Amino acid sequence: MMIKKLVICAVAALTVTAGSAFAAGKAGHVEDFDFPHEGPFGTFDQNQLQRGLQIYTEVCAACHGLRYVPLRTLGDEGGPNLPEDQVRAYAANFEVFDPALDDFRPATPTDHFPGSNLSNAPDLSLMAKARAGFSGPYGLGINQLFKGMGGAEYIASLLDGYTGEEKEEAGTILYENKAFPGGWISMAPPLSDGQVEFADGHANDVRSMSQDVAAFLMWTAEPKMMARKQAGFVGVLFLTILSVLLYLTNKRLWAPVKGKKIA
Amino acid sequence: MAGIPHDHYEPRTNGEKWLHKRLPIVGLIYDTIMIPTPKNLNWMWIWGIVLVFCLMLQIVTGIVLVMHYTPHVDMAFASVEHIMRNVNGGYMLRYLHQNGASLFFVAVYAHILRGLYYGSYKAPREITWIIGMLIYLLMMGTAFMGYVLPWGQMSFWGATVITGLFGAIPFIGDALQTWLLGGPAVDNATLNRFFSLHYLLPFVILGLVIVHVWAFHTTGNNNPTGVEVRRGSKEEAQKDTLPFWPYFVIKDLFALAVILAVFWAVVGFMPNYLGHPDNYIEANPLVTPAHIVPEWYFLPFYAILRAFDGDVWIVIAASWITGGIIDAKFFGVLAMFGAIVVMALAPWLDTSSVRSGRYRPMFKWWFALFVVNFVVLTWVGAMPAEGIYPYIALIGATYWFAYFLVILPLLGVIEKPTAQPATIEEDFAAHYPKSSGGTAGQPAATPAE
Repeated sequence: MMIKKLVICAVAALTVTAGSAFAAGKAGHVEDFDFPHEGPFGTFDQNQLQRGLQIYTEVCAACHGLRYVPLRTLGDEGGPNLPEDQVRAYAANFEVFDPALDDFRPATPTDHFPGSNLSNAPDLSLMAKARAGFSGPYGLGINQLFKGMGGAEYIASLLDGYTGEEKEEAGTILYENKAFPGGWISMAPPLSDGQVEFADGHANDVRSMSQDVAAFLMWTAEPKMMARKQAGFVGVLFLTILSVLLYLTNKRLWAPVKGKKIA
Repeated sequence: MAGIPHDHYEPRTNGEKWLHKRLPIVGLIYDTIMIPTPKNLNWMWIWGIVLVFCLMLQIVTGIVLVMHYTPHVDMAFASVEHIMRNVNGGYMLRYLHQNGASLFFVAVYAHILRGLYYGSYKAPREITWIIGMLIYLLMMGTAFMGYVLPWGQMSFWGATVITGLFGAIPFIGDALQTWLLGGPAVDNATLNRFFSLHYLLPFVILGLVIVHVWAFHTTGNNNPTGVEVRRGSKEEAQKDTLPFWPYFVIKDLFALAVILAVFWAVVGFMPNYLGHPDNYIEANPLVTPAHIVPEWYFLPFYAILRAFDGDVWIVIAASWITGGIIDAKFFGVLAMFGAIVVMALAPWLDTSSVRSGRYRPMFKWWFALFVVNFVVLTWVGAMPAEGIYPYIALIGATYWFAYFLVILPLLGVIEKPTAQPATIEEDFAAHYPKSSGGTAGQPAATPAE
């Protein structure tokens, strides 16, 4: 009876979370890409993050920014893991305004990525968490445990979702996109096959690059994901052992009261 | 402290005697943790400990988060990202605090439903119940203001919608809303006062929790039978109870560890499960999100708020009788707060002489329906207010009020309760036939017929 009630409470708690899921509205079609960072044991693929960084730098950064991401974190173990000299060299590509000098200077690893100056190009730092690609099954969102919120899937689907159709509306050209809510987006298709050349000769078709840059943006949104999952794993393991010990303690403690033999 | 006879603290050493004469604090602690507790408490009596843990978790993580957070509209969002990226373990602190609020509400709902089923609110525990309802109201206020602090889109628009409720109050509404916000709209002044209150209220809650515990330590715990502990003598009381330490402390800690394992898995593996993606976009007064949805724990009451639109006859009637003073918006606000008021009045609305739902054959079904209705209201609160959803919300809201205002008063009159055990000892012995029937070693009592 009590167990049943506990289950009811748990179900109640879980059901309600459907809320956020349903609220997402009429979204476009988001494809369920397989990312290596999905699931409780998923980790970022450093090579993929580095390819994503290259695509971001060569393509996305022309309009978008990453204002919350410190450049030094490119050297983090749980991220792209670039060597220190490369982080330094990469940072120096950007100019930042320094109030102390009252002038621009080359960025150092302690600076952040530049933000965007274009009002219609949103900052991408948190985009992978600001979009929920899917929330199933039945809107319960439980598959977050295995797939995440689908923010990376949304980004990859969007970049790979252009149909090639375009139309003009009030002086703006809109491009048809399968993933974008409403179906028409004002961002021109940013990627084309072979646009970015990777040093290791990795595939550079639109579909593959879409996934690489989506994985990179998942990292910019959740840079501590790997540390967090590890903390989660250690904590669950510890609490499980503690539960077993407390269960045995409790059983033994109550045995005389309940008239049971102490094992 | 407790009305149940039991051994009190006796200072033994000279040092203890010296202290006890001047400040009987050890005696207070001893009497609190050694309180005689009905030995038949089931697993629904563990939520109190979970709630105490949640309060501590939120206060401790919150105090550390404040060290790194900046309550300013231009910096709040960035300071939260600073916590997530640059502060050592900051992402864990923040996710623990964020999900800790949800665990807090899961536990409080379980705790309240436990009280409703076993009649814990009935005499002589009305004060405990009322204090509990006050704590619950303060929790909602605290959680709401805490959700505004990260200054995301949902923070901002949630604050706009909820403070707008106060604007619906006739005559003084607009002035009241402006006073609450510190200006004509949600802005820096709002963020600052919410921050201040979000820090203050948990300590008010802590004070009320002490009073809550004090109150039920005076009356003694309720238990699954609803039958009171015998108080004729210490020996008699000992047959019905066991000291809180170690029996219930260990039991509660075991339950807490299991719950925390699940909680930790959520924090570690899916920390944004209960959040809303829009809150990772910085607040923008010029862009309204497609759907403004409160956090899950507000959804049942949000559903009740929205259930009463201008097409419902009772709203039209209220508006006509009051000459338009009570319009649909204000009616919704009254319904939302009224839903909690009628729950707080349960001790006086429930006319049954039997405390525990276990011995109330009709009540059981109405209560089960109440639980289902609670889940349905939560679900429908997340839905857009269109199509069939407003009707479901209206049925759910109606049942909520009917449960407290009609069903509880009537059941006491028409229901024929089943036989209750004479004592807690008897109930315990029926569950554990091999038990000695008491700590004093008496032969097992005959199970109840």
